[in-house]
Amino acid sequence: MLKVLYFARLKEALGTAKEDLPMPQGVTNILELMHLLAARGGVWAQEFDGCRPLRAAINQELAPNTAGFKDGDEIAFFPPVTGG
Amino acid sequence: MAVRVQTEDFDAGAEITRLRLARPDTGAVAAFIGQVRDLNEGAEVSALTLEHYPGMTEKALESIIRQAQARWDIFDALIIHRIGTLNPLDQIVLVLVSGAHRGEAFAACEFIMDYLKTEAPFWKKEQTSAGARWVEARASDDTARQRWTENQ
Repeated sequence: MLKVLYFARLKEALGTAKEDLPMPQGVTNILELMHLLAARGGVWAQEFDGCRPLRAAINQELAPNTAGFKDGDEIAFFPPVTGG
Repeated sequence: MAVRVQTEDFDAGAEITRLRLARPDTGAVAAFIGQVRDLNEGAEVSALTLEHYPGMTEKALESIIRQAQARWDIFDALIIHRIGTLNPLDQIVLVLVSGAHRGEAFAACEFIMDYLKTEAPFWKKEQTSAGARWVEARASDDTARQRWTENQ
């Protein structure tokens, strides 16, 4: 199972803050997970089609799209940060 | 090193005094305070709500301080970042760096802010006269952060 979290504008657009996702077959990195989420269609397609700037983290560390993960990991997606 | 993410306000003077008196070979304390402006991108801002990623935020801030400590000869550093709803003139963030001399303290303080702006998972949502909107990341913040890798 993957724990997937969404934050800020993305959370509002998707209407969800977190979900438990059974470890999908053949999906091993961030980019593949984004494609899987985009395939849900509608707002998911809009947010995960790569057109909007999106950041990802694996187990609470920033991760590039090529970064791999494994069953049990915490994955987060969010817009570029705007603190400070 | 200390990192605090909190809804409450902070007393910058008291924090500076604590860091200043922590060791007698301290010759400099550099400080940065960020505050809420009443104007952004041409709209009046009546309030700001800060969201963050609990757990990752603290780790990211600690990592930023560790990077500054690896790069400059500094004694200690403190980051306080507020979350929740804030109003114009409220303080948002405090960064303090102590050291023997001003040069390293100034540089480390600016480095910490530039990295915080681009790597720490905080997001601002503004309440304006035209409604609520999420603040967009600025390219100038990426440029500011980039300097530190180019100059290495």
